[in-house]
Amino acid sequence: MPKKALPYILPLITGLAFIGAWYAIRAFLGEDGKFLLPTPDEIFAAFNEHGDQLWAATLNTTKGAVIGFSVAVLVSFVFALILSLTPIIRASLYPYLMILQMTPIIVLAPILILWVGPGLASVTIITFLICFFPLTVNTTQGLISTDRNLVDLFTMCKATKAQEIFLLRVPAALPYFFTGLRIAATLAPIGAIVGDFYAGNSAGGQGGLGFLTIVFASQFKNAALFATAVASCGLGFMFAGIGIGLAWSSMRKWHESYANSDS
Amino acid sequence: MSSSPPIVKFDQVDKRYGDGPLILDQISFAAARGDFISLIGPSGCGKSTILKLISGLNPITGGTATVESISPVNAAEELAFVFQEPTLLPWLTVQRNVEVPLKLRGVDADRRAKVAQKSLELVGLASRSKYYPRQLSGGQKMRVSIARALSLSPKILLLDEPFGALDEMTRDHLNEELLAIRDQKAWTAFFVTHSVAEAVFLSNRIFVLSANPGRLHREIKVDLPYPRTEETRQSAEYQKLVAEVTRLLRSVEDTTT
Repeated sequence: MPKKALPYILPLITGLAFIGAWYAIRAFLGEDGKFLLPTPDEIFAAFNEHGDQLWAATLNTTKGAVIGFSVAVLVSFVFALILSLTPIIRASLYPYLMILQMTPIIVLAPILILWVGPGLASVTIITFLICFFPLTVNTTQGLISTDRNLVDLFTMCKATKAQEIFLLRVPAALPYFFTGLRIAATLAPIGAIVGDFYAGNSAGGQGGLGFLTIVFASQFKNAALFATAVASCGLGFMFAGIGIGLAWSSMRKWHESYANSDS
Repeated sequence: MSSSPPIVKFDQVDKRYGDGPLILDQISFAAARGDFISLIGPSGCGKSTILKLISGLNPITGGTATVESISPVNAAEELAFVFQEPTLLPWLTVQRNVEVPLKLRGVDADRRAKVAQKSLELVGLASRSKYYPRQLSGGQKMRVSIARALSLSPKILLLDEPFGALDEMTRDHLNEELLAIRDQKAWTAFFVTHSVAEAVFLSNRIFVLSANPGRLHREIKVDLPYPRTEETRQSAEYQKLVAEVTRLLRSVEDTTT
C-alpha cells in the first residue's frame, strides 16, 4: 500500500468500522433502538423530510456566527492594539476582560434577551462575546512579543510609532493572531448554536440550529435531532477550515510552520 | 590620523541600569576614522553595553560620549547595528529586508531597490533577493543582516558578536568578506566577540575588558597589514598576537571569577 494514501485510508476504515458497530448495536437494541439510536439511513431520511427547516436554520446560524466572528476579529484587533500600547492600559483593562470571559453564556443570555430581545441580534452578540477573548488575548500577546533587537533597529532608523506598529509589531503578531483566529473560528458556530438555544427565536424565520434542537427534542423527532447534530458539525468544520485557510494563505510563504508545504 | 577629531570619543563613561550595579566604570577611549576595534572580555564585562551606548539606544549614566562630536542619539544616521542574531523580518523577502532601514528613512521605492541590490551584491547574495529568510542558511541570513546595515552607508558599524552562532569555516569566510567590504566602504567598526582569533584577524585595535564592573583593562595594537587573508592566519606574528591576547584574556577572567 502506498504510504501517501494511508492518511486517507485509515480514517475511512475507522469510519466504516464505526458505522458497522452502529448497525450492530441497533440490531442488539431491538424495538427500543428506533427511538434511542436512529441509523445513518434514518438520519439521512430525516434530512430529506426536514430539509427546508434544517437549511433555513443552518443559514440563520451561519449568519449569526459569521457576523459575530467578523465583528469580533475587527474589534479585538483594535482593542489589542490599544492594550499593547502600555502595561498601564493592560493592567487597567485585563481584569474586566477576564470577568467577561468568566461569565457563562447561559447567564448572559437572559440579560441579552432583556436588552435586545430574543433572535439573531442576541445570537450574534453571544458569538461575538465567545470569540472576543481568545482573539484579543492572543493578538495582544503577539503585539508585545516583538523581538527587542528589531524594535532597536526601528528606533535607530528613527521609525515613527505608526511605522513601528504597522511595519513591525502587527506583522510579527500575525502567527499569534491566527492562533486566536483558529480558536475563535471553532468557537463561533458553537457560540451561535448555544446562543440560539438560549436566546433564539423562531418568529420571522429567525430560528437557527439551536432553536431547531429544542423543537425536535420536544417533538421526540430523534432522527431529526441527529440530523441537526450532523449539520452543526458540518458548520463547525467549515469554520475551522476557514480559519486554517486564512492562516495558510497569509503565512505559508514565510512562516516556519509552513516550511515544508510550500517549497 | 591625529589631525582629524576622533569619530567616537568616550571620556570617563559610567553606565548602570536604573538602581542596578555599575556595568561600566570610567571607560575612556578615542576611535579614529577607519579604526576596526574589537571588544573582548569575560561575559558580563559590558562589551555589548558599550555598543548600545555608542548607538544611542541607551543613555550613559556619567561622563561624556560623542559620535562625530555630537551626542550619540543625534548621530544615529551615521550608525548601523548588526545584532547577534540576523534579526530579519521573516515575512519580507531578502531584498525587502535590506530595504527596511531605507524605507523608514523615507527613501523612495526605486532608489531603495537599487541600493538594496548593491548591498546584496557586496555580500554575494544578489541572486537570493526574492527568497524568504527561512530559505537561507545561518551564514546567508547573517550576510543579509550585514547588507541591511550597509544599506544606509553608515560611517560607523556596530557589530555585536555577529558570527558567534556560525561554524568556524563560515565564520572565517565572513571575516574575510567583512574586511573586503570595508576596503570599499571604509567605515569605522566596533566589533564585540568572544573569539580571540577573530578579534586579531579583523582589528587594528583590541580592547580587553574586565568584568564587575566593566573596565577597559588593556588595549592591544594589531599591526598586521591589510588586506588580510588566509595567509595572515598562518603568519608567526598573527599566532603570537593570538597567544598574547589569549593570555591577557585568561588573566582578566581569573581575577574576576
